[in-house]
Amino acid sequence: MEALLEVRGLVNRFGRQTVHRDLDMSVYRGEVFGIVGGSGAGKTVLLRTILGLRNPDAGTVRFLGQELSGMSAAQRFALKGRVGVTFQQGALFSALTVRENVQLPMLEHLRLPARGLEELALLKVQLVGLSADTAGKYPAELSGGMVKRAGLARALALDPALLLLDEPTSGLDPIGAAAFDELLIYLHQELKLTVVMVTHDLDSIFRTCNRVGVIVDGRMISDTLEGIMRNPHPWIRAYFCGERGRHLRGLKHAT
Amino acid sequence: MTPTIRQHADRDSADTVARPRHVNAQRAAEQLDVQLLGEWRAPHFAEIEAELAALDLAGLRRVRITTGEARLDLTSAWLLRDFMQRAQGLDMETAFTDAAPPTLTVVSRCLTGEMPDETRHVEWLDPGNAVEDIGRRTVRGLRDTVAAVTFVGHATLRLAYEVSHPARLRAPSITRHIYESGITAIPIVALIAFLVSVILAYLGAQELQQFGAVTFVADLVTIGVLRELGVLLTAIIVAGRSGSAFTAEIGFMQLNEEVDALQAIGLDPFELLVLPRILGLMLALPLLTVLADVIGLIGGGLLCHVLLQMPLIEYLGRVRGAIASTTFWVGIIKAPVFAALIALSGCYNGMRVHTSSRELGRLTTLAVVQAIFAVILADALFAVLFLRLNI
Repeated sequence: MEALLEVRGLVNRFGRQTVHRDLDMSVYRGEVFGIVGGSGAGKTVLLRTILGLRNPDAGTVRFLGQELSGMSAAQRFALKGRVGVTFQQGALFSALTVRENVQLPMLEHLRLPARGLEELALLKVQLVGLSADTAGKYPAELSGGMVKRAGLARALALDPALLLLDEPTSGLDPIGAAAFDELLIYLHQELKLTVVMVTHDLDSIFRTCNRVGVIVDGRMISDTLEGIMRNPHPWIRAYFCGERGRHLRGLKHAT
Repeated sequence: MTPTIRQHADRDSADTVARPRHVNAQRAAEQLDVQLLGEWRAPHFAEIEAELAALDLAGLRRVRITTGEARLDLTSAWLLRDFMQRAQGLDMETAFTDAAPPTLTVVSRCLTGEMPDETRHVEWLDPGNAVEDIGRRTVRGLRDTVAAVTFVGHATLRLAYEVSHPARLRAPSITRHIYESGITAIPIVALIAFLVSVILAYLGAQELQQFGAVTFVADLVTIGVLRELGVLLTAIIVAGRSGSAFTAEIGFMQLNEEVDALQAIGLDPFELLVLPRILGLMLALPLLTVLADVIGLIGGGLLCHVLLQMPLIEYLGRVRGAIASTTFWVGIIKAPVFAALIALSGCYNGMRVHTSSRELGRLTTLAVVQAIFAVILADALFAVLFLRLNI
């Protein structure tokens, strides 16, 4: 199967501290891939490297077989149109309304007529479950959950092939987080999106992910959810088979 | 035989061969069969739009669409929906021969409601609007005034309390602000004081030469720099440097909810953020003013020496003669007042930031403008005061 996103031999260092040593990761078309790791394991750094916001000390990132560092500026720009991102804190542009936030990537990448711009922005806003009057609001007027959804709407603005989510459910109440999971599953099924999700939320992993990559000791161990649960690595055992993980596993088998 | 209509992306006709085509339309009597082809993706928006727009709908009764293997994303599904609505608007039936693309269903589901009417037309000449606008501005102006007075009052009370309880003063914080708004401003303040005093001396020399009173250049520089220019220029530079920094720092903390966090911990943002800045600047600005005075006198002296061949000893003698017991103090006494005005305006506007980065920029600009205005107004009041006191 063709890897949509492929990371090989990634090394990232901050001063004398090595975050990633020889990290490999493959994400295949149409899957939801969860990235898990302890605090400071380098999940966000990995995401930033994939996005090209950080130059790795060694290693390659390939989209559809094309290496990120070898791309021309135009290719990079085109690629940014194929990848949607949400940030941990939302990172909505505070001076723009939700609608304008969604329209900004459209204006930069597509040549849309005015009506198309309005309707498509509204479409994306409603797609993520926000009401039409939310579209006219500024980020400061939104609740935490709405900010997350608005961030997702902006990430979906260009109908990306790949969606990168950084902690999409952090800071949401369990009901809000569950609703976000359902939204993600819906989008994944309807739009055939490939999703890479950094998360700490075990519920979210069990509900949405096909495969999971765990960052331990600067490397990534990736497997299906069942495979990961049988992995003998002590950190992985503690993470998935600890008190909270066991509870969830019980729930999953029960249903 | 029915003619086959093949549509091409008409914008870039030179390289249509290499481009994927998206629509294959066949016309049969009053029916148009549209076959969707290939990948319908957002980056091809313009091409697809052109291909659909080029389809001739005149005289048709029915449009039948075949999805086939075509894959549509949301953006292009919206285009297809738009096309179908256009056909329906011309009283045509539209139907799919096979399953409609799933993304089209998503689009239709999301956009069923009415579009909110965003374009609210403002009638500029409507007197009702004008009155409403005046009312709004008045109320906002009053509220802003009350808020500003409250802020100054709060700051004054805290200042009085802190000064009477010196143990509560945040010495590390105050020294940091003395360093950042005082020490690091030395080069620019010195340079500007030097240049302005040279300009003043040069202009003075040119005018006074006509009366044969060149030696009075030293008096002009001394009184001009010590009484007015030294302190005023320093205050304006500091307002631009530090006043804006105060607003930006506190404003960012507001946006980041750090100010709320301070209050939640039980700390007073006035004590932690506002007072150290006011006190720091009130100490730093007089010191900077002394420096500006000294450099200004040196600059005037150099010009007199180089251009007017006045011996430095004579210059110093004239300077000493020009300085009355009050000349220096009249200038320096204004410095702490200006400092308080600059710091208050910077901190007050920083505290007013609540929503966005744009507001932060607007209030930072406003803080500097207000600070400079307040400084000049205060200087004018001082001038009147000193005139009355005969100083």
